[in-house]
Amino acid sequence: MLQKLTQWSRLKSPWILHLNTGACNACDIEVVAALTPRFDVERFGILLEGTPRHADVIICTGPATRQMKDRLIRVYEQTPDPKFVMAVGACAMSGCVYRGAYNIIGGIDQLIPVDVYVPGCPIRPDALIEGVVKLLDKIKQGAK
Amino acid sequence: MSFEIPIGPQHPALKEPIGVRVTVDGEIIRDADLHLGYNHRGVEKLAEQKNWTQNIYLMERICGICSHSHATCYVQGVEKLMEIEPPKRGLFIRILVSELERVHSHLLWLGVAGHEAGFDSFFMYVWRDREIVMDILETISGNRVHYAINTIGGVRRDLDELQAKHILDSLEVLRQRSEYYQKLGTTEPSFVARLAGVGYLSKEDAIELCAVGPTLRASGVPMDVRKDDPYAVYDEVPFEVCTADTCDVLGRTVVRIKELMQSYNIIEYLLKNLPDGPIAVRAPRRAKPNEVVSRYEAPRGENIHYIKSNGTDKPERLKVRAPTLANYAATIKMLKNGFIADVPLIFAAIDPCICCAERSVAIVEEKTQQERIVTMSSLRELNLKITNYQARKREAEWPL
Ligand code: SF4
Repeated sequence: MLQKLTQWSRLKSPWILHLNTGACNACDIEVVAALTPRFDVERFGILLEGTPRHADVIICTGPATRQMKDRLIRVYEQTPDPKFVMAVGACAMSGCVYRGAYNIIGGIDQLIPVDVYVPGCPIRPDALIEGVVKLLDKIKQGAK
Repeated sequence: MSFEIPIGPQHPALKEPIGVRVTVDGEIIRDADLHLGYNHRGVEKLAEQKNWTQNIYLMERICGICSHSHATCYVQGVEKLMEIEPPKRGLFIRILVSELERVHSHLLWLGVAGHEAGFDSFFMYVWRDREIVMDILETISGNRVHYAINTIGGVRRDLDELQAKHILDSLEVLRQRSEYYQKLGTTEPSFVARLAGVGYLSKEDAIELCAVGPTLRASGVPMDVRKDDPYAVYDEVPFEVCTADTCDVLGRTVVRIKELMQSYNIIEYLLKNLPDGPIAVRAPRRAKPNEVVSRYEAPRGENIHYIKSNGTDKPERLKVRAPTLANYAATIKMLKNGFIADVPLIFAAIDPCICCAERSVAIVEEKTQQERIVTMSSLRELNLKITNYQARKREAEWPL
């Protein structure tokens, strides 16, 4: 019963943490744009949270610079279980145009496990919403 | 008794990774120190490995908010190097996009300022209207954020009658909304009380610390590259440089709202006087050995690109000085003797674009103090060495 309840609340209100690991800002403003009235992901109960300790989903943008590497891992560890990671944008997936630069690890899946990839450079807010819906589906299926 | 408080790199108030270390005495900030480099990607070094055309897209990805600024600044420089003159219509469209970008950037900022001041409905309102600009940009270029409209020698997409009409219609809506925000932003008592007097930067300090853009103009210095050193077609476009003399965050808000109005006028002028003709000329693949400095007034201030060519199809050196970098020194000044609660607001007021400002410096050898030129591979090795093999310093040491 309790499990059902937590599962239900997890599905109905995934709280997200937006983490920029060296993105060019374009993906970030599109993530924020997804929260504002035109796209409004809040209708899925999605809320942008400030601290990793409140979050269920980490939305990661950017190609993971070496400087951010340790911080990214630390933020991941601080997030309470169960946690999900979305790699948003071509950068977070593979490094995009920066691939091969000396300071770039190239894709956050090199550092932490990723659940959903959202392609695009930058992503459109619609794509982000689809990504979130897919993630919710995944959580639902995992529960069954 | 003073404490040191680390803010960032991941902090709810800062949208991008940057570390601020403030020394506080009670509630009052005595000193501030910036820790940079979290967003450094090595764009300048990367640019040396790509050819002139590929670099346009790399330059665009320096920053997502002022992507057109960097691309235009770079393209202008390369055009000077290659000694080609883009056609008039191409320039008009280029400037049209850059003004639209200014509108979207200023609206974005206005929203963020509202959010930082605790006025969230203002934030939502502004961002809703910002979508109108995004739609315009999408109709012109096909993209919402990275427009990819520049090419060396002109622009890549033409504008037709219908699009021009659509833009003019949307502009009317935007104008009305901005007037409403102007009224709201400058008369709503709680909002004004939150912004007035915060982050004071006197005129002398602003000049001395080389502030740029709206931060400088809000301290009463009418400086704008578009007026002082007109590039493209700005010498024939009528517009005014907006200033304010309150020297605080309120002034910066007012300057930006006024600039919005000016931008609408410029866009209208550009659309009504759009000349006929081709939009681009063919560019050569190589540029003669030479060097050039290109200036551009980005939404956040003056953007400078230094480009050096050596006769091949790749730049030998590309240096980017983004406006945010120029504003850092002034920010420290503004933070000093302010309250901790004002940190996000003051920071937001310069409209920081951290990814723009993360440029690397030359490697200076510690012992000999000598600068040296390094190759990409050795830089990469060096970086690996530093990040992997060094004992990591703990970031947040609570001083208790
Ligand atoms: S994917 Fe593209 S738009 Fe997104 S952060 Fe990377 S370079 Fe910028």
